[in-house]
Amino acid sequence: MLNNQGRPTSAGSAAMTEAHPTFTGNRALMQEEALIFEIGRAGTTGVDLDEPAQFKSRLGGLERKQELTLPGLTEPEAMRHYVRLSQKNYGIDTGIFPLGSCTMKHNPRLNERMARLPGFGDLHPLQPLSTVQGALELMQDLSRWLIELTGMEAVALSPKAGAHGELCGMMAIKTAIAARGESRKIVLVPESAHGTNPATAALIGFTVKTVPARPDGTVDPAVVKSLLSPDVAALMLTNPNTCGLFERDVVEIAEAVHAAGAFFYADGANFNAIAGKARPGDLGCDAMHINLHKTFSTPHGGGGPGSGPVVLSHRLARFAPVPFLRRDGEKLTLVEEVEDATGTEQPFGRLTAFHGQMGMFVRALAYMLSHGIDGVRQASEDAVLNANYVRACLADLMSLPYGNKPCMHEALFDDAWFKDTGVTTLDFAKAMIDEGYHPMTVYFPLVVHGAMLVEPTESESKASLDLFIATLRDLALAVKRGDTARFVGAPYHAPRRRLDETRAARQPVLRWTKPQPVAEAAE
Amino acid sequence: MRYLPLTDADRGDMLARIGAASIDDLFADIPRDKRLTHLLDLPRRQGEMQVERLLGKMAARNMAAGSVPFFVGAGAYRHHVPASVDHLIQRSEFLTSYTPYQPEIAQGTLQYLFEFQTQVAELTGMEVANASMYDGSTATGEAVLMAHRVTRRRKAVLSGGLHPHYAAVVRTLSAMAEDKVETLSPDVRAQEDIIAHIDNETSCVVVQTPDVFGNLRDLTAIGEACRAKGALLIAVFTEAVSLGLVSPPGAMGADIAVGEGQSIGNGLIYGGPYVGLFTAKSKYVRQMPGRLCGETVDAEGKRGYVLTLSTREQHIRRDKATSNICTNSGLCVLAFTIHMTLLGAAGLQRLARINHANAVKLAEALSAVKGVEVLNQSFFNEFTLRLSRPASATVEALARKDVLGGVPVSRLLPKAGLDDLLIIASTEVNTDEDRAALVTALKEVL
Repeated sequence: MLNNQGRPTSAGSAAMTEAHPTFTGNRALMQEEALIFEIGRAGTTGVDLDEPAQFKSRLGGLERKQELTLPGLTEPEAMRHYVRLSQKNYGIDTGIFPLGSCTMKHNPRLNERMARLPGFGDLHPLQPLSTVQGALELMQDLSRWLIELTGMEAVALSPKAGAHGELCGMMAIKTAIAARGESRKIVLVPESAHGTNPATAALIGFTVKTVPARPDGTVDPAVVKSLLSPDVAALMLTNPNTCGLFERDVVEIAEAVHAAGAFFYADGANFNAIAGKARPGDLGCDAMHINLHKTFSTPHGGGGPGSGPVVLSHRLARFAPVPFLRRDGEKLTLVEEVEDATGTEQPFGRLTAFHGQMGMFVRALAYMLSHGIDGVRQASEDAVLNANYVRACLADLMSLPYGNKPCMHEALFDDAWFKDTGVTTLDFAKAMIDEGYHPMTVYFPLVVHGAMLVEPTESESKASLDLFIATLRDLALAVKRGDTARFVGAPYHAPRRRLDETRAARQPVLRWTKPQPVAEAAE
Repeated sequence: MRYLPLTDADRGDMLARIGAASIDDLFADIPRDKRLTHLLDLPRRQGEMQVERLLGKMAARNMAAGSVPFFVGAGAYRHHVPASVDHLIQRSEFLTSYTPYQPEIAQGTLQYLFEFQTQVAELTGMEVANASMYDGSTATGEAVLMAHRVTRRRKAVLSGGLHPHYAAVVRTLSAMAEDKVETLSPDVRAQEDIIAHIDNETSCVVVQTPDVFGNLRDLTAIGEACRAKGALLIAVFTEAVSLGLVSPPGAMGADIAVGEGQSIGNGLIYGGPYVGLFTAKSKYVRQMPGRLCGETVDAEGKRGYVLTLSTREQHIRRDKATSNICTNSGLCVLAFTIHMTLLGAAGLQRLARINHANAVKLAEALSAVKGVEVLNQSFFNEFTLRLSRPASATVEALARKDVLGGVPVSRLLPKAGLDDLLIIASTEVNTDEDRAALVTALKEVL
């Protein structure tokens, strides 16, 4: 095709990358990058330090005798290495990142700046409390927001991530049961729950009993009642659940759980759908962790760090672990040791060294202050609106396991519509990569066959969603026309083609080792 | 609202496309009497400038470590972090990415995890490292649970030199899991006979070196005693920089070695986020908690990396998983590995020598102060003082003179009768002037 200047505007099929291998293996901006152990040199360092003057060692004869062979890089080499690696990653700032249940919303950069203020970022956790009153004030303000938003009595800030928060909540429950002189062994967990729920319960000695879902994807209070007994310690329920549906019978379920002398643990992973719209405390919840990295947008950072404060009802508040805040007139103090508890406080112990993820507390509070309660409520509404828009615009092509009815902040599709096409959920996800999108969550929740869980979040504009929807429609139509090659071999355009996970697990190579010289290897 | 792209017109169009009369139609499953009809009693939205002003005011009420002579350690250490580290970890593709579940578009994260695992294994002298835990204390808790799985026994013995917070984390976890723990009494001078506490029920012995009081401990004999009784030796460290200069856990017979990685690449941040290092002998790899990154090839035979051995993990095994952990400390791992790469072995070893030299100089200077006794026979960059008056009041008095002068042992062990002990650390950030300021201030307050 020619334009009016007579120059080609399209490279045409002959110019496909396959036909033009490069000497380096690079593809313009996409650079191959070796390991630091292959490019670094022994003895090189990118940090200039002066050798200390002669001194008398006090190591008591425990000097390192083992060789240390880590190569070093100078600063320009290091910059290049890590920038090239970063270019092989997809982030929220690259495009829509619709991972259901993970809540990949925009990470405001103001929050990064605030966390780096020396008055927050350069504080030691064991400085005298008189020198960190501003930090304690920040923790106090964050606590107030979390308590008010959830309608609960208290909050334990120290858990390091969502699963750690679950552990905190379940430990509080176990302690409360023991304080009543009881020993209850069973924890009820719906089959759609996150894997961390049963793993947490089992970690501290509970036996997990699965609660089946009813055909509409929610938990049936009658089933919960049939499973309750004097041996049931708690029900762990995610609400909205992992199918993106609000558990509409939650109040009846909570009442039944309480009537049986058990506790109601809520997995707060999906709190971002209802923040400012409803309060878990009003729904009967006793403990709920809040993933600050989801609802309050602290960056996911390629898999952490997270932060998982746990809000507690009046039934559990006194069992909160150390450390916790106490106001002493004008001054704030931290109760850091179990022995320092007073009055009704009966802390169950300690979950981590120090006081929790302060860096994440600053970011989360900056998010809250920026949004305000009006913005938090609007964010919840927009998140739900965006998910429903995606659902409504794809319902004619992709199948919905529970029918075309409103969802909360995420839309769940199944793989029924792939029947006899030769395309699977995984293939579809990999084809999305070629289109420049991060796939949605796939094969979770486990209760839905070939699940595809789409959570667009409130950070997407309508234009962004329209292009995303148009792309998925194009892909869906390609599936239906039998264009399977576009899927089964995908991705074609990513930094790597599909990776062999079976081989990685069968012959684990978990660290770099120096290649043996060829002659030796041949012997 | 600057973070919300939808306009009211968009919202109207979208509701129409969905077929909903109002946004509340989409929330209809929430019981009507439980829906919030009003805004909660919390502040309204604010601009960047207002938020910055508010938080800036709060931050200004704190005494930043870098603003004064600073000697606080006991599990978190102030080191110089090169400027390039903080720049690189803020690259969007690192900062705003997720756990690498789609490896084809997460090779950046996966490759640095693989490099990190290699660096940590090399540093500790251990065979295999995972992709990190929350921090050193939770890594220690997980190490004990792992030892129970490996040995099929349920009793841990904790050294009196183990950081008291770490010991408290292990005790809490063990009490909940109904496992046994024996904690030896605080061992200020590294004189305990922990071997005498190992019996046929012991699953593991947990020993820290440098310990919380700063003493270096030779673990070799403890490791041998463990092997003779079928128990595992868990070595713990809170100061990763020490590994550049002192004998690493792998050289002293550790079966599992865990520690805090904060002091390489990461700031103090009032206690978190930090990065837990977790290593073991390779024969135990299938009992390890947490994510592991492994090498493989793609459909064209090119080398690439994936998360692997995930059949150990909660998202596959649910209640049969080795741990409930889901996240690691991705971005803190990145900071660690970049700093480590910049240092290289040569830089790390020199950094460790500077730390040791600074601590030796400080110990010598403080020994000459009346009312101060240095208790350690050996140390790396931290040691314990006995003072002529309570350490807690001394530290408060030093803070009033704008010196952050260490951690009173009574803050970590309030009822142990060790009120006159002060743990003090000196890293490369301390100058001769800082040391002189501490000595002068201490003379005034003692």
